[in-house]
Amino acid sequence: MEKRPGVFSGKVGLTFLTPALFFVAIFLILPFFWIFYLSFTNRTLTGVTAANPQFVGLENYQRLFDFDQWMRYGQFGNALKITFQFVLGSALLGQAVVGLTVAWAFYRRKGLLRETVFTLAVLAWIIPEVVVAFAWSAFLDVDRGTLNTILSAVGLGQPDWLFDYPLLTIIIFNTWRGSAFSILLFSSALETIPPSYVETADVVGASAWRKFRDIIFPLMRGHILTDLILITLWTFNVFTPFLLTGGGPTFRTELVSIYTYRTAFKFFEFGRGGAIAVVMMLINFMLAMGYLIALRRQKAVS
Amino acid sequence: MFRKAMLVRMLVIVAMISTLSAAFAGPAAAQDEIKLTMTCRCVADGVNSELVGWLLEHVIPTFEEAMAAEGKNVTVELVQFGGSDEQLKEQYALDLGVGGGYDLFSFDGFWVPEFVDAGLLQPLHTVAGDVVDEWEGWGHISEGIQAILGYQGERYGIAAGTDVREIFYRRDLFEEAGIEVPWQPTSWEEILEAGRILKEAGVETPIQINAGTAMGEATTMQGWDMVLLGAGQHMYDFDEGKWNVSSPAILDALNLYKTIYLDEELGDARLQLIADGRDRSFADFASGKIAILVEGDWFWRSAILSQMEEETRNEVVTWAKMPAKEPGAGFRGQDFVTISGGTGWVLNPNTDHPEEAWALLAHMSSQDMQLIWEEILPRINFRDDVPVAGDEVMSAMADELLPLTTVRPMLPDYAKVSYEAQLMTERVVSGEMSPEEAMEAYAEAVTDIVGEDNVIVIPVE
Repeated sequence: MEKRPGVFSGKVGLTFLTPALFFVAIFLILPFFWIFYLSFTNRTLTGVTAANPQFVGLENYQRLFDFDQWMRYGQFGNALKITFQFVLGSALLGQAVVGLTVAWAFYRRKGLLRETVFTLAVLAWIIPEVVVAFAWSAFLDVDRGTLNTILSAVGLGQPDWLFDYPLLTIIIFNTWRGSAFSILLFSSALETIPPSYVETADVVGASAWRKFRDIIFPLMRGHILTDLILITLWTFNVFTPFLLTGGGPTFRTELVSIYTYRTAFKFFEFGRGGAIAVVMMLINFMLAMGYLIALRRQKAVS
Repeated sequence: MFRKAMLVRMLVIVAMISTLSAAFAGPAAAQDEIKLTMTCRCVADGVNSELVGWLLEHVIPTFEEAMAAEGKNVTVELVQFGGSDEQLKEQYALDLGVGGGYDLFSFDGFWVPEFVDAGLLQPLHTVAGDVVDEWEGWGHISEGIQAILGYQGERYGIAAGTDVREIFYRRDLFEEAGIEVPWQPTSWEEILEAGRILKEAGVETPIQINAGTAMGEATTMQGWDMVLLGAGQHMYDFDEGKWNVSSPAILDALNLYKTIYLDEELGDARLQLIADGRDRSFADFASGKIAILVEGDWFWRSAILSQMEEETRNEVVTWAKMPAKEPGAGFRGQDFVTISGGTGWVLNPNTDHPEEAWALLAHMSSQDMQLIWEEILPRINFRDDVPVAGDEVMSAMADELLPLTTVRPMLPDYAKVSYEAQLMTERVVSGEMSPEEAMEAYAEAVTDIVGEDNVIVIPVE
């Protein structure tokens, strides 16, 4: 096949890219190297080490992986464990499953109900974080919250959600918050499946589950993979639960993002904060690599 | 060819933008209006609202007039900050760290060392010049109060006053429960006993002594220090220049927390662990869920007034001195203990108008302005020519407690050690660790911060 000439020459293309590359360099690449450098110093924002930071080698990393106290509340291991549970619960089990269920439930359907559900899901996704957190705080308040008012009216008591079940609460919160992406992605993926496949299955009298397992799922595998990787990355870095719980009580909702914030901006330990950020970047990098490799394999198969 | 044309076009656009922005910046620069900004943890109708009233109605108008009389067009903007003290400190550190920030800002004394060591604050005379040392006010401020915002012999700001800590209790609830008022416990056991009787009488969680990291410095000062001093020890040994990290006194103090929050449930452990626990403790005290609360005099003169009318406060709230574990067992062999801190105002070294910023600070710290302030909110003033006015309770607290008081060490590591003390109490009241384990973890963490040569370990028998 003859190669078609592009609309623009390579040089013009580069000219158009320059502003974007410039901003990426200033706001992403430079800070990355700055943080990488910081993570080998004892730099702080206040105190003597703010004015005269010193090179400390791997000390910050050693402290991060100090296995004596690793799993104690408020330590890095504990934060990693909580983050892992949070990602598993709210991204993989929560958003992906809700997304798939809703998309499948409204497959090839139109009408008011579908529009209402989709609109509400998208609203939950796009409302600013502070507004959402405020609404949920009011919703979950132990004495005067909407949820407990309803529950106690039907005789189910007044559970103290943010105190007794903090992790479960932020998992449900984040599922609610982010399911829209999965719903939309899976819905459009379903649209691409030729109706004739499902109709043929209908003719032979296949059950809904068999149709899903043997027709829909294999055709959607690529989309599901994309969805899982993307929401894992996002959930891994999410900070909004801080607005609900502040990472507490007793660090039981301290995600790694909150741990980083606390180290760098509450204790002003920039060096240590930098080390955590570098470890976080490595984890993100591995997740993204896994994504790219899986995608490539997927393409090779199809 | 194409590239050249494009370059020219881009240059033209850049030139246009810069001309436009210059045109907008022009008129503002032409007037020689001086804009000063100041901030504090104060919000109209919210936290420290009296301060907002005093600044906006008295200090700022009279200052602007005085400046106008000198032929200067100065306007002052007050930026009201509604977050916590910890968040305010974070804001200052970040602002100053990038060379910005407000011209004048309220500041807690114990933040000074770490900010100075970082080069974020400069001595007043470095910022504003000799006029600072010539100020008439220094002659009316004692050395001790000047030291609140001082460090290594330099003055970094002017203190707004000092405070003391004590027990506040609900006179009405005590009477209902059949406890004689006025009440003055002379040992921890008597506090617990009152708590038991109150609980019996239907007060849900009668005792509040701050614990946990969420309350920040309010846990260290109003909670941990008050208990530890009562057990006979200070967090820091001033004679040795070392930190007490493990001792029978620390263990006694932690066991008191355990008794109150876990063993007898005389206090509400949940309040110590949630994000807004301190505010809720005030609300619970006002609604009668809590009857005994250890706080600073700020609680009396300001915090409680956002929960109840002044008249109601005078009727139902009163105070007692915090006793040692047993008579004579307190810090320095005292029967009763208290500790003082202090806040004030500092000048931003990055200010564009140091002369006017200092003039504002001197003006608000003048006798005239402070006399007005005392009328609005009687407190222990920093000037010896401004007496506590019109509040006998406040005067009594000052007279009885100032002779007993002590202070925090002014050291850059203090904030970190203080956090570890808060964490230690949190671990006990949440049941995560026993008092022994929590003390061990504290000793480990503090030794890590200050170094092995700077800690004192007294073995527990």
